[in-house]
This record gives sequence, structure tokens and C-alpha cells, in this order.
Amino acid sequence: MGRDCLRHWFVPGVATLVLCLVAGVATAAPPRAGGDAAKPNGASTPEKQFAVPTPPFTPGIFPCSECHKEMKPNPKRRELKDEHTNIVLNHGQWRWCLDCHDTYDRDRLHLVSGERIRFEESYRLCGQCHGDKYRDWKVGVHGKRTGMWNGEKQYLLCVNCHNPHDPRFKPLAPMPPPVRPGDIR
Amino acid sequence: MPTQGKRDEPAFRMSRRKMMKGVAAVLGAMALPAKDAPASVWESFFQKNFRELSPDDLKGVLARLEKEYSEKYKKAVKVRATPPVEGILYGYGLDLSRCIGCRRCVYACVGENNQSRDPQIHWIRVLQLNKERGVDLEDAEQYYNPAKVPEKGHFYMPVQCQQCEYPPCVKVCPVQATWKERDGITVVDYNWCIGCRYCMAACPYGARHFNWKKPGLPSAEMNPETHYLGNRPRPVGVVEKCTFCIQRVRNIPGRYTACVEICPVGARKFGNLLDPESEMRYIIENKRVFILKEDLNTRPKFFYFYAT
Repeated sequence: MGRDCLRHWFVPGVATLVLCLVAGVATAAPPRAGGDAAKPNGASTPEKQFAVPTPPFTPGIFPCSECHKEMKPNPKRRELKDEHTNIVLNHGQWRWCLDCHDTYDRDRLHLVSGERIRFEESYRLCGQCHGDKYRDWKVGVHGKRTGMWNGEKQYLLCVNCHNPHDPRFKPLAPMPPPVRPGDIR
Repeated sequence: MPTQGKRDEPAFRMSRRKMMKGVAAVLGAMALPAKDAPASVWESFFQKNFRELSPDDLKGVLARLEKEYSEKYKKAVKVRATPPVEGILYGYGLDLSRCIGCRRCVYACVGENNQSRDPQIHWIRVLQLNKERGVDLEDAEQYYNPAKVPEKGHFYMPVQCQQCEYPPCVKVCPVQATWKERDGITVVDYNWCIGCRYCMAACPYGARHFNWKKPGLPSAEMNPETHYLGNRPRPVGVVEKCTFCIQRVRNIPGRYTACVEICPVGARKFGNLLDPESEMRYIIENKRVFILKEDLNTRPKFFYFYAT
């Protein structure tokens, strides 16, 4: 009788303890993961900054406000006839200048969230659509890094290799092929 | 009239054994340096295998080589013998979805590693493959030369030394002039190599190259930052190979290899396989990776991958 009573209390007791432990671990873990995941969403938590080179502007074109400060911004979607006619937009469909360039601060770009960013941070803008490439770029797998393999590295911005208005990588002329063994004297 | 017996009597008697001895002695003497050869030639003649050199011996050898090369190439040549760093195992990644076959890497390697320009030696061979047939080496073309690359329907696979975990080239060397270092780089002691080329026959990747002639290396193009086991000028009659730019990567901090640095599409990756934070580990853990000729169990530390 006494032994049965002990078992009667002991088994549910252990089960409750185990349940509590499991629940504790389960509830303890999510906030950490959530904290990491929350980072890219809010503009309040700044992203990791990368040491990048200056963006490859056409000489003399930056700062854009030099010319634009006199003009009244016209947010109407249209084809530019007077200026920037050399830029042919070949990047997805239904895009136009002010999707990426900021209407009221011409020296900056803007994200979909409305956050204005400097041209040095343009990778964040690109990363909005090309998330997989952005993820790989951040760890050094997409794109090129030079410098020290186990020390200070130089990064390249997306726009150092891809023209943002026409991003496909252009074909190159190959270097000469090797000499055939029969032709080596 | 001479008798029969007298005619058979040879005027000068020499046994075959004696003659062979004489021939061997003369040939042996010819192989020695000349009597008036400079001391450095005698020193290199009696130099031990790199791995048996004492620190003092090594210092002397490096000084001798620096003097010799500096005179020959008319500039201050540095020959180092930086040892492997503990806790590092070099790994290399090549993104086949990015490579466009422009061969920039081939010539950057030649410039960095002092390969012979004439006769030409390339440590990297870029193969053009057919997208429909995949990695089919029977169908590979290395002499492609269109106006622009990449060509439609093709992809490109550069092949160089794969720095095997079990290198067949090392196994066959009859004099142990080539070996795998602790950081995974297979190296050659050019002063110990006898030029038998067994290693070239054993290598399944065609990664070893022989100096059939005295290497043609113009002084102006010679890279004076060298490593004893890497890019120092080679004599005629020895085998050479890619060393992951040992003269660059073994330093702390060490520069990226010349081929990584030049690649215009960023297809080449390099890092420490033992560092969980390295690019190489990310690639191996997250991307589709393959090694070349896996069935041979050479266990390359050169990983081809597809980033997309």
C-alpha cells in the first residue's frame, strides 16, 4: 500500500519535472533566435557595416544635389528626355529612377521601408530583392574579396561589378590559350 | 713467319670488368662540379634534403640562393622558408556557376610564381566543358579562343594542383623530393628532385610540370618575393607545381593567392578549413560541392561548388 502510494505520487512528479524542464528550454530558446531575426527588419537596429570602396560614380556626377538642388522634384513616372539619356534601364520590369534614388535627398538612395541610405550602403538596397546573393555576399561567398585571407580584407560593392542600371556581367576577351605541347620547341 | 700462337697473343689485355670500372670512374668524375667551380656550386652539390637541414644549414642555403638569384636577375631577391602555421589547413573553393573562362588566373599565376615564359609552363589549365554533358573530362577543351567568353552552352573549369590529402605524386617519388606539409600544401625541393617525372605520371589532375629546358624568365618580370618550396627560380630538369602561393599565404596576416586576387568574377575562394568561421567552411556546409575524381580517394582540398 505504502509502496503503491509512493509510486502514485512519484511518477507524475517526475513527469511534471521533465515537462517543466522541456518547456523551460523551449521558451528560453525563441527570444534569442527572434532577436537575431528581428535585426534586419527594424531601421532602428543598424546592420553590420562593411568596409567598402567608394561607389564607381561617373566622374563629376556626385554629389547629385549640385544640379538637383535648383530643381523641383517631379515624382511622376516618365522617360527622361533632357538629362541622363545615356542611362538605359535594363534591370527587371516596371522600374524607374525614383524606385531606388530618393526623391527629396538626391545624394542618397532609399529602401522600400523609406529609410534613406548612403551610396556606400547600396548593398542593402540590392539585398531587398536579391536576398540570397546578399546573404552570400555578407559571408564572402558571392563577390570578390582581396587583401589578407586571414586579416584585413577589401570588399567590393555590388555596383563595382554590376552596373545597377544594367546588371548582367558583360563578357570578356579571354587571355591567350596555352601553347600546344607539339609547338613548344 | 709468325706462329699461330703468337698471333693470338693480344698486345694489350683488358677484361670487361676492368673496362666497366674505368668507364664508371670517368662518368662519375664528369658528373662532379669542375675543379675550379665556385664554392657555392660545391655547397649545393652536397646540400641535404630540405627536411634534414638544420636551422643553421638552412640559413646558409637561403643566403647562398639569395646571392645567386640576386646576381642572376640583377635585383634584391628574397628567399624565405616560412614554416607552416599550426592550426591551419588550407582549402580552396572554385565557383563553377561564376567562372567565365577568361584565363586571367593562369597568367597572374605565371607572374607571381616565376614560371618559365619560354618554353611555356602554366600551373592552371582552364577547361571548357559542355553544359549538356556536365563535368565530362573526355569532352574538355583547353585551347578555346573565341573573341569573348563565356560562350553559349559552355561552362569553364580551371584545374590546378588539388593539394590532396593522400597525394599519389608523393607516394611515387623515389627520392622523397616532394611531400605534403602540415598545412596541407604539397611542395617540391627543387634541389633534391632528380627529374624522373614519376610524380607527373602519378598525378590524376595533370598538375605537375617539368622544366624540359632552362626556364626562360626575364629579369624584369621576375617576382623577387620567393619561398624555397614555392616560387623561387627553378633549374632545368625539375618538376614544379601550384603551392597555393606559399610565399603569400603562410604569413600572418597572409595575402590571398594571386589567382584569387585577379579573378574578375570572384569565383575563387580561399581559407582555413579548420576555422569554422571561414568562407570555405560556409561553402562546404551550405553549397553544392564536389571534388574532382572523388573515386580515386585522393581527398583533394580543392572544392568545386555552385553558389546558385
